[in-house]
Amino acid sequence: MQLAAQLASFLVPGRALFFLIHLIGIACFSYIVAQRLVPLMRGERDFRFDQPWVRLGRVLKYWLGQWKQPRYRAAGTLHIFIFAGFLVLAIRAFSVLIVGVSPNFVPPGLSGRAGDVYGVITDYAATIVFLCMLIAVIRRLVFKPARYAVPAKYGKGHTADAIFLLSLIALLMLADSFFTAAKAAAQVRQGQPVEVLAALSLPWMIRNALVSTSLPTLGRMYFGAYFVHELTFYFLLCYRPFGIQFHVETSLFNIYFAKLDREILKPVRWGISDTQLDQVKSFGIKTFEDFTWKHMLDFYSCADCGRCSDQCPANAVGRPLSPRFITIKARDYSFAHYPVFGREKKGTALIGSIYSQDEIWSCTTCGACEQECPLLVEYIDKIVDLRRGMIDEGNVPQSLQKPLKALESRGNPYGKMEKKKADWASATEFQQTCRVKTLDHPNGAETLYFVDSITSFDDRMQSIGRATAKILSHVGENFGILGAAERDSGHEVRRFGEETLFMALRDHNVEAIKTSGVRRIVTADPHAYNALKHDYKDVPPVEHISQVIAREVESGKISFHPLENKNDVYTYHDPCYLGRHNQIYDEPRDVLDAIPGLKRVEMSRCRDRSFCCGGGGLMLFYEPKEEQRMGVKRVRMAAEAGASVIVTTCPFCMVNIEDAIKVAGMEGKMTVIDLTELVDRQVIRECPNAIEERAGEIKECVMASSHILK
Amino acid sequence: MARIFAYIMHKGGIVDDSAFELAASARKIDAAASPTAILSGWGADLDSACNNLGASYSEIWKIANEDLSYPNAELVRKALQKVLPGNSIVLIAHEHFGIDLAPGLSVKMNSAFVSDVLDVAAVVGAELKVVRQEFGGQVSTHVRCDISSGAVLTIRPGAFRATETTAGRGIVVDKSGEVGSLAAGRRYLGTVVAEAGDVDITKYNVLVSIGRGIQEKDNVVIAQELADAMGAAVSCSRPVVDAKWMEKSRQVGSSGKTVKPKVYLACGISGAFQHLAGIKGSPYLIAINKNPKAPIFQVADVGIVDDILEFLPELTNKVREMRNAAAK
Amino acid sequence: MEILVCIRRVPDTSENEIELNSAGNDIERDALVYSINEPDNYAVEEALQIVAKIGGSVTVATVGGEDDEEVLRREMAMGANHGVLIADEAFSGSDGRGIATILKAFVQKGHYDLILTGVQAEDGGAQIGGMLAAMLDYPFASLVNSIEVLEGQKLKISREIEGGNRELNEIDLPCVLSIQTGINEPRYVGMRGIRQVATVPIPTLSTTELGISANTVGESAAKVQRVDYFVPSPGNGAEILHGSREENIDKVLELVAAKGGLK
Repeated sequence: MQLAAQLASFLVPGRALFFLIHLIGIACFSYIVAQRLVPLMRGERDFRFDQPWVRLGRVLKYWLGQWKQPRYRAAGTLHIFIFAGFLVLAIRAFSVLIVGVSPNFVPPGLSGRAGDVYGVITDYAATIVFLCMLIAVIRRLVFKPARYAVPAKYGKGHTADAIFLLSLIALLMLADSFFTAAKAAAQVRQGQPVEVLAALSLPWMIRNALVSTSLPTLGRMYFGAYFVHELTFYFLLCYRPFGIQFHVETSLFNIYFAKLDREILKPVRWGISDTQLDQVKSFGIKTFEDFTWKHMLDFYSCADCGRCSDQCPANAVGRPLSPRFITIKARDYSFAHYPVFGREKKGTALIGSIYSQDEIWSCTTCGACEQECPLLVEYIDKIVDLRRGMIDEGNVPQSLQKPLKALESRGNPYGKMEKKKADWASATEFQQTCRVKTLDHPNGAETLYFVDSITSFDDRMQSIGRATAKILSHVGENFGILGAAERDSGHEVRRFGEETLFMALRDHNVEAIKTSGVRRIVTADPHAYNALKHDYKDVPPVEHISQVIAREVESGKISFHPLENKNDVYTYHDPCYLGRHNQIYDEPRDVLDAIPGLKRVEMSRCRDRSFCCGGGGLMLFYEPKEEQRMGVKRVRMAAEAGASVIVTTCPFCMVNIEDAIKVAGMEGKMTVIDLTELVDRQVIRECPNAIEERAGEIKECVMASSHILK
Repeated sequence: MARIFAYIMHKGGIVDDSAFELAASARKIDAAASPTAILSGWGADLDSACNNLGASYSEIWKIANEDLSYPNAELVRKALQKVLPGNSIVLIAHEHFGIDLAPGLSVKMNSAFVSDVLDVAAVVGAELKVVRQEFGGQVSTHVRCDISSGAVLTIRPGAFRATETTAGRGIVVDKSGEVGSLAAGRRYLGTVVAEAGDVDITKYNVLVSIGRGIQEKDNVVIAQELADAMGAAVSCSRPVVDAKWMEKSRQVGSSGKTVKPKVYLACGISGAFQHLAGIKGSPYLIAINKNPKAPIFQVADVGIVDDILEFLPELTNKVREMRNAAAK
Repeated sequence: MEILVCIRRVPDTSENEIELNSAGNDIERDALVYSINEPDNYAVEEALQIVAKIGGSVTVATVGGEDDEEVLRREMAMGANHGVLIADEAFSGSDGRGIATILKAFVQKGHYDLILTGVQAEDGGAQIGGMLAAMLDYPFASLVNSIEVLEGQKLKISREIEGGNRELNEIDLPCVLSIQTGINEPRYVGMRGIRQVATVPIPTLSTTELGISANTVGESAAKVQRVDYFVPSPGNGAEILHGSREENIDKVLELVAAKGGLK
């Protein structure tokens, strides 16, 4: 007590000052945060206040649990330690701040033993955070991970700022440790009971160094450490909202308000139904204020970790898109136009100033960025909304205008006539093995096979259609197709921003599906699958053909001949819209593993880390500026994994990969096959005679057993 | 039957090939008639051109006027209005000058107008029946035209075989005096020559020509490899240039280059007239196209219905094999 | 600048298969989709760009019937200020000259500094612009692929001629120009834009409003008429090779070598 009073007496002269700093610090911080909230008030509405318990659960998982961090092992581990340290040190930091004004303050519940235990924990925490800061600085300066680099066109590097912040946090830990150590050293000096310090922790080491320092000096150190701690704390507090460190404050909110169902695309305006859309004057994002408040919160919450761009396939092939900078540039825009100090600046159109048209058209909506982001920053909605704005203004590249026009007049991007939609099923040879009925009257079948445009019209992809039909026949599915009544699912039309055309296609299809009276939908096209599942309302449940096959492999209806070529090594490429977007990873693999003699390897980028083939739908028509094709990179990944056959479950992946094999000059070394084609090839089909024999056997069996039962 | 005139284009003293085709078409309209050629221009070039028509035209009207030293359709029309007798039939080649001149001329002459004529089907009294195409050559039509007050017809280059010229020369009649001074609301400023590309396709004996069927820029290399193997050059049709897959200097057609190779491989080219107009000298035309109904098969010597993206690489391999075998 | 663009609704060549109908006297029109004639669309875009730079307005007009209104609306959705439908039973069967006569009457009802048409439509006529200019006694230029507005009621234009060359001309206003594709990159018109102009009134003008006498237009006045459609017998065409791909390749090489194509 005496010491406390003694030491505290060193603080007393500063009490007023400390109190003042508290006031100024808190006032500044509040003002800064208020200013930062201003653009959010101007932003569009976003309904994020529903299902609070679910949201809290996600906060526990992604914020407290740091769920996504370990995906990058080294940085993730580092961050988990830093984050845990911050949480643990939070109470200590506050109590230190208060002590300057109220010297006997002890946080409630942390007096006596509990306080000692807490003290030990926080000693280690401070030490670990300090070490992590050192490691982080070394990583930045020596190892320079590629994803932190800032390409010249985006301005100067962020390293200096990062080092500055890391150093300040280290300083905070040091100041805190000095504060504790000075007090402990004084206790040792005086021969008083020593506050327990964690062995080998920073405070412990400093205390040992200070053991022979005189009391007055210790007192001044105590004062100095306090002052530095307080200043650094408040400086950091007020500095953070000016950069990426703002995520310290906003991360919890960003995760709480994060989208619950990632697959529901943002409508043109939340709260405006389709029929009311005529009232909306302008579609899409043209100016900064067209972003919703949550989008703006995303910009604040970006930690500049670069993981999104690291995983982005467009970025990897040199397209002008880097998701990280979509966010950073928008954040910088908001900082510049809504400054904390000074007047608001007049806004400009985003496309043409911070974003270029090609930048926004380059995205394949694969979702790798969103999958990776530890702060759950959303990208796809923003890209789609920016595209809506460009469509609204008529800024569409000529290469996309043609298929869009064809979709409007013919319901498919190729401009082919509707009456030819079912021609793939009437190829004479095929018709003999499998009759595919068209559902032109109600209740023609239980199940609809939704074929979609590319499988219907592309010469090569029609074989996927035929294989799928044969498989459905084989498992005894009562199915049919819509034929000429089927329009393109509109999946990419929507994601390219042509919302009105999408709605026209969707409404037409929903009508046709309802008229057919089917109870179930099956498709072999993951884009159609995603559209029918998430973009369409009031349609029967939809399955992907791989799910059907997997189920029938389980049930025994599908079994396989062993592979003829035992030398091939197979690898499965997860299509973005089956895998990452809909979490269907296992069924196709289970099917492959059920084929006797099939050797399968995994590429290092698989499942939710799968690398986009290049994109589907309208993306096949767009002419991107890129250094390489995504498909070529993917095919090389397959070769690296030791594969000679790529299996895929998406016609667009098939197009891109087949093409890439040629472009990469790997013909003869690599082939690609669709799962349906492989299953169709390998499935054991009983000849009709065998079925009759079997039926006859069963009949005899039944009759025999009925004898017995009598 | 009314008098038939043919307006002749010429440059540097040389008469355009179409001149003789126009004569042939005139004879198809009226076998007995001898059409009159009209040339406008200035100086020695004009004189030389007038003397280069052989016996295709018995009479050659020369309009020499300094304002006409560059053929400005607006001025030429005014000149023609002064010299042409009423109810004449005027034939002009259907290319950029004819498109500019002919419609307005028909209005001023108060006569019928038909463009891009491919053939003459019949002449019955004052009704002339001709053959045209529509929809980029996908269908043909017969068109009847009342020529009682004359007609202006533009003739598709290459549609009529130029007739053999016998020895002799037509009489040159100088009509310059009847024209007087000319002025128009349009004045010629100059010609911007297209940038010379790295390859001059007009100098090659064999051309591997690609159209929309090549599907994307990355596939152009397929044609290049074949061309390299064959010692040929890659040329293309307009859509390929519009899509920016090849430079304008590679375009064959009425708005591109005119080529006279020995062999022309039309790969994935539909055969629209504007493209074919750039091919002169009747090369051996081999067409490869996925669509059996493509109009190119009407004009090619040999046709193969196949996918160029598969056919060409195999062809390239075969050529290479042949060369390697020959080299040994 | 007041600009008039004469447009036309045509069967879309890229989204239709043009075939003869079963009777053999016309093309099969059942499943055709129609759209604006592509060169006309380029002309409207050019007009919009000129007006965006120097002010004025763009009017689109077409000679046709009710069905043709949709292209007027589409171009208005693109940005044209006014749309006019010129329709009358008396116009049916008009030849190119007849159409030009009708348009001339319309032009003289208003005041336009510049009149644009597309270089040609699906019938390859390439005539309306030149005829209209001659009737109005306006200067004319075809195949225009660039326009620059000069001081003093003049334009500097370039025309597309052979070899990829461009012929530069100065032309006085008012004038008529026929526009070649590729002059610009037309902006996209989405479904939404078209919906928004769905109810904008489009005046229809007939012979009475235009002061045209029926005997100068229509079938009776036409000097040129299409008689039929046909597909020429394939005999005139290429010799199609029917072998396997390998056989075809060998044959091709044989022929090429024979014609002096392989060095």
